[in-house]
Amino acid sequence: MLEIKNIRKSFDGLEVLKGVSFAVEQGDVVAVLGPSGSGKTTLLRCMNFLEAADGGSMIFDGEEFIFGKVSKKEISRLRRKTAFVFQNYNLFLNKTALQNVTEGLVIARKMPKAEAEKIGKRALDKVGMSDRYHYYPDQLSGGQQQRVAIARAIATEPEIIYFDEPTSALDPELTGEVLSVMRQLADEGMTMLVVTHEMGFARNVSSKVMFMEDGTLVEAGSSKEFFANPKEERTKVFLQTVGESGGGEEE
Amino acid sequence: MNEELWSLLADSFWKILLPGLTMTIPLTVIAFSLALVIAVAMAMIQFANVKVLKQLARFYIWIFRGTPLLVQLFVVFYGLPNVGILIDPFPAAVLVFSLNEGAYCAESIRAALEAVPAGQMEAGYCAGMSYMQIMRRIVLPQAMRTAFPPLSNSLIAMVKDTSLAANITVTEMFMVTQRIVARTYEPLVLYIEVGLIYLLFSTVLTGLQRAGEKRLATHKRRED
Repeated sequence: MLEIKNIRKSFDGLEVLKGVSFAVEQGDVVAVLGPSGSGKTTLLRCMNFLEAADGGSMIFDGEEFIFGKVSKKEISRLRRKTAFVFQNYNLFLNKTALQNVTEGLVIARKMPKAEAEKIGKRALDKVGMSDRYHYYPDQLSGGQQQRVAIARAIATEPEIIYFDEPTSALDPELTGEVLSVMRQLADEGMTMLVVTHEMGFARNVSSKVMFMEDGTLVEAGSSKEFFANPKEERTKVFLQTVGESGGGEEE
Repeated sequence: MNEELWSLLADSFWKILLPGLTMTIPLTVIAFSLALVIAVAMAMIQFANVKVLKQLARFYIWIFRGTPLLVQLFVVFYGLPNVGILIDPFPAAVLVFSLNEGAYCAESIRAALEAVPAGQMEAGYCAGMSYMQIMRRIVLPQAMRTAFPPLSNSLIAMVKDTSLAANITVTEMFMVTQRIVARTYEPLVLYIEVGLIYLLFSTVLTGLQRAGEKRLATHKRRED
């Protein structure tokens, strides 16, 4: 359903993405692994046009978009088919948990408010936040905020959700509650592209793994194959240093 | 103090307060409302980095922050008639005060806009919202919250500055006081009296500011 071809991006002459290509099928849960500075987050941000990629193209639902030649209209149409979960949640600070979820439905998608609230409450219930509808982000813990952010993402019924290190800002105790919500989504067949340092998630939940380093895609394959049988030398070294047995935490 | 002075104070109190209610307050309210509209527009133009308009906004702010309010009042009221533009005292005062105040408030609001985390904008985009929708519903409300204390400050400063409008024949509190002084030769008590009335206005506004800040803070983290 989604294919990226030769995506490139530089910041002030520094090449961060050096032509990365891959495809995501419906229902895939792809973990994007790699050391800091490997371009994972930039890749994700370019895919949702939060950064403007310098070159390459994207095929989404059979439609091709050339990076740098996509109109604002097309961007917002694409964004309405996707959702993004940020490392630091980025909940709307002046909105309650429920309003955070309904905002995109009511304002961007012109859904009647009552209907949006029904969907919003259902989404919040799903992430275990049914007793926090009317709390503001400042009144919620990091893990709770991230779960609201996930509710905000699923409420719009996106075709794919991009996760940018969703648990990196959380302490270990709170990481678990977010990961279990993500696991639940994966089990329901949600298509997800997850930049993460959580080896346990990559190993046990994701179906595919992409390993990036230095702006290139070093190795990609099924999660099972990747952990049991890494092909590239660099991948082997990486898996050794992060404690290949999995479940561990990097950083 | 003798009895005569007391009765002068009591008499003049209402004579001074009346133009306060009919001139000072309307002038402040109208001019400050306009100033806010100007300020939000100027701040948004700069925040969004709109090419030519940004230069114009900077130029406007440069002029109105860099020259004395009194000079601006004189240019508009006494100067413009030379080129055939005659404006009545009250509208002239409204015009100058809103432009002057707008320049200051624009800076407060611009700073507050820049203080809103960039992630708020990004989250809005990812939710499918347009730039203007995000500004109106997410970024501006947060910025106005941050800008509230400095804007309140500007408002309080402006109430006192309206006394300058006396110089362009607006019969506000200060001008009325001057007239009573001219008749009674009691400058000390009368000028102190009008000062106290300004103080009263400012105090009420300070109270409103406190209440406003408290209200705006309701969504903030409780003590933890």
